[in-house]
Amino acid sequence: MSAPIRITLNGAPKEFTAPLTFAQLLEELALAGRRLAVERNGEIVPRSRFGESRLADGDRIEVVVAVGGG
Amino acid sequence: MESKLVVAGKAYESRLLVGTGKYRDFDETRRAIDASGAQIVTVAIRRTNIGQNAGEPNLLDALPPSRFTILPNTAGCYTAQDAVRTLRLARELLDGHSLVKLEVLGDAESLYPNMPETLAAAKTLVAEGFEVMAYCSDDPIMAKQLEELGCVAVMPLASLIGSGMGILNPWNLQIIIDRVKVPVLVDAGIGTASDAAIAMELGCDGVLMNTAIAKAKDPVRMAHAMKLAVEAGREAFLAGRMAKKPYEASPSSPETGLIQKSA
Repeated sequence: MSAPIRITLNGAPKEFTAPLTFAQLLEELALAGRRLAVERNGEIVPRSRFGESRLADGDRIEVVVAVGGG
Repeated sequence: MESKLVVAGKAYESRLLVGTGKYRDFDETRRAIDASGAQIVTVAIRRTNIGQNAGEPNLLDALPPSRFTILPNTAGCYTAQDAVRTLRLARELLDGHSLVKLEVLGDAESLYPNMPETLAAAKTLVAEGFEVMAYCSDDPIMAKQLEELGCVAVMPLASLIGSGMGILNPWNLQIIIDRVKVPVLVDAGIGTASDAAIAMELGCDGVLMNTAIAKAKDPVRMAHAMKLAVEAGREAFLAGRMAKKPYEASPSSPETGLIQKSA
């Protein structure tokens, strides 16, 4: 069974088809395998849980990377 | 006397720490950092672009954490809460790496540190097992409080971030160096090599800079100049400078045996 879920991804509204794990989300975004970190509703989602942890409707997701800075 | 910089129990040959912002590209970043000899390099944590530039190069490919100590910062954070959140993400990003640069800013015009928020963030981060190097004002009492909270280094500004104005208050820095036991690194405001040398001659344990290198006309060459300046300043500090004698000249050459004294 699949249903649409609406999340906020890096500040922008996005719609995906559930069920959706974090691993699947990153795959869809072409970000799989990259060095990044993910936060859901202000809490870290450990990389080790990407495969099992599922997104829920209304989640606020942040995906961050390291960039140049002083 | 200790010749290496020791931060959180780890020794570093280089006392120059460099930022990775404001370079033309990652190639220039890497060449400048190699020329600087820096082992600790700062990075910022930002949202990744969604749905664009999927194949864009990653900074940490140019600066592999296996070779450099990556020091994630909290640049752009104005509250303790945002700074803590950013560094939790950084720790996850860097596989549990706990050495971080805390900076909580007061306003976007001056980028001056907000010390009450910095102290609050430091307290939380230390409790969560982070090793905190804290950017701070050049206020000796604030530096001392950061040390008491458990920060592994304090990093007072020489002058405003990105200003290149050099060391505006060497006396405050001297008080901090004299009173704080953890490493004191001057962070922000260095403009050119002599500024870095002066910081090290004061007895600072290290210097952190970004813009002075990245915005030089030739960043790679300036990076090398900074390496030499930090080394020269450190050597001069360890050598112990001569006393200043404002009203007393003293010739360096012998006063006897002059040919015009024929008598």
